[in-house]
Amino acid sequence: MTFPATTVIDDTPKVAERKAPDRGEGNPAKAGWGTRIFLILLCVAWMVPIFGTLVTSFRSYDDANKTGWWTVFTNPSTLGDLSFDNYTRAIEDSNMGNAFINSLAITLPATFIPILIAAFAAYAFTFMEFWGRDFLFLAIVSLLVVPNYVAFVPMLKIYANLEMNGTFPAVWLAHIGFGMSLAIYILRNYMATLPKTVIESAKIDGASHFQTFFRLILPMSVPALASFAIFQFLWVWNDLLVALVFIGPGQNEPVTVALAGLRTSVGQGWELTTAGGFIVIILPVVVFLAMQRFFVRGMTAGAVKG
Amino acid sequence: MAGKALTALITVVIGIGAALLLFYVLNKIAELLPARWEERIKPLLYILPAFLAIVVYLVYPTVLTFINSFKDRSSTEWVGLQNFEDLLTDPGFQDTILNTLLWMIVVPAACVILGLAVATLADRLGPRGEKTSKTIIFLPMAISMVGAATIWRFVYYAAPAGQNQIGLLNAGLGVFGIDPVAWLQQSQWHLNSFLLMVVLLWSQVGFSMVLLSAAVKGVPGDTLEAARIDGASERQIFFQVVVPQIKGTIITVYITVLIGVMKVFDIVYVMTNGNFNTNVLGNEFWNQLSTNFNNGAAAAIVVILMIAVIPIMVYQVRHFKAEEANA
Repeated sequence: MTFPATTVIDDTPKVAERKAPDRGEGNPAKAGWGTRIFLILLCVAWMVPIFGTLVTSFRSYDDANKTGWWTVFTNPSTLGDLSFDNYTRAIEDSNMGNAFINSLAITLPATFIPILIAAFAAYAFTFMEFWGRDFLFLAIVSLLVVPNYVAFVPMLKIYANLEMNGTFPAVWLAHIGFGMSLAIYILRNYMATLPKTVIESAKIDGASHFQTFFRLILPMSVPALASFAIFQFLWVWNDLLVALVFIGPGQNEPVTVALAGLRTSVGQGWELTTAGGFIVIILPVVVFLAMQRFFVRGMTAGAVKG
Repeated sequence: MAGKALTALITVVIGIGAALLLFYVLNKIAELLPARWEERIKPLLYILPAFLAIVVYLVYPTVLTFINSFKDRSSTEWVGLQNFEDLLTDPGFQDTILNTLLWMIVVPAACVILGLAVATLADRLGPRGEKTSKTIIFLPMAISMVGAATIWRFVYYAAPAGQNQIGLLNAGLGVFGIDPVAWLQQSQWHLNSFLLMVVLLWSQVGFSMVLLSAAVKGVPGDTLEAARIDGASERQIFFQVVVPQIKGTIITVYITVLIGVMKVFDIVYVMTNGNFNTNVLGNEFWNQLSTNFNNGAAAAIVVILMIAVIPIMVYQVRHFKAEEANA
């Protein structure tokens, strides 16, 4: 998967720099018809594939595999034939329900456990002086781009010795390890923008680092913690390769593996594949739409740097 | 089933609790030391768990992967450069490399151009139009590559000629009386590879758009105004005032997408599994690992990827240092 935030994102100028008063009501360059048509066409092209998949997932086997999904609209009498049957079948017969639970079981720990660990490291990098600090942080920056492919063969062997292959902890730990450098990077960049005076006055008041971290820095860093959590959630939930390597198809498979498996089953109709597809994408889409603001803020993380 | 969900929740609580306890203990250990040492050791203890995770899951495997790439399929005997020789002299693998290069050339550039176009044009709409169109373009980013591949496989689907076409693209052709095309099998001019790239573009343009949009909005209004007063056309303003000022973000987006493209796996795996000359390095890695059980070849592919990533890594580190120096 292409996960976006694996590079140094700190060029983006501050959004706040936009001189709103200078611009009057928004951009003085108003959209002409060409612009509008281009954007409308693009938006339609972006949505139609998803929409067609959604419609198909409610159609019966015969309808879905013999006529195009658009016939639902050209032939409105068939609207009554739409049902949730495919979802019931996908969830009960094709293991998607079980896989959905597995995905939750994989994603929740892999999302929340690394946050505190990364936050402590980011705190040390931002507010403490120690030997080798700059070098170690540069190491983290360079590790951001190392493909996680490196870990698969060596970890498979280690897991085999520990009899961990196919278990949830195998993927939890892998995702925690893979996400750690990005987490430290995002959090450290954010913490660097917090006012140093607050930390210093806490120190003068006799607060230890431990107290300063829990009482001041952690609460102040909530936006950055949230944006990392969303990143990590999407990345783990949507991951296929890590799950294929360390868990594989079977009783513990997450939804992505189950969906990839649906493709290969013999005689598989589109009505089931599309329903399976929607089971895979529904939760991240909801999370994404609800948390879009944090997500965008996380992507432009370096931008808030002061 | 419910048991598993409960276990997950309990794991979250225990995991976070254990992390808390760990840091509490580490902090206590540091406090037991003489004051002079406490100040030195404490930060190291704070970063210790994070670095442990990174060392175990990235640093150590990287070293081992380099070593394995010089060993045979079960990592028992040294074979020197045999794995690389076998791969690089295999015509199938040469095609795989060429395909991967094609992805690397096309996708990042297309992603930046399209993202910049949407960012710039949507900026001219009213607030509601801008928000709606951006959300729509951005949405596929939340969709997994497996999901995206499923959605698009349906669009490209070809039923045998004479039957009703249920794939959007072939149904469209049918309207004009053109016979259906098995899109994903058209390897001439790499057409099928390009069709797979469309899927990745579909999911990544939103990312490019969001970052570039923030940059475009960050261009100081007075520079635009000055250009307008001087009589510059909208096009001149865009290419000569806006683009130079957001060059940094353009490079960032380009590199980020480039790194993702080098590792592309899911789309190819689900849509063609590398058949019909669409194979890429990521998918070939998985083939070697899971079908051929050849650890040596799999490790060699990762080493090739690593070598390709090194220039980007050097750029990143330099760039970061320059940024820090300015801060």
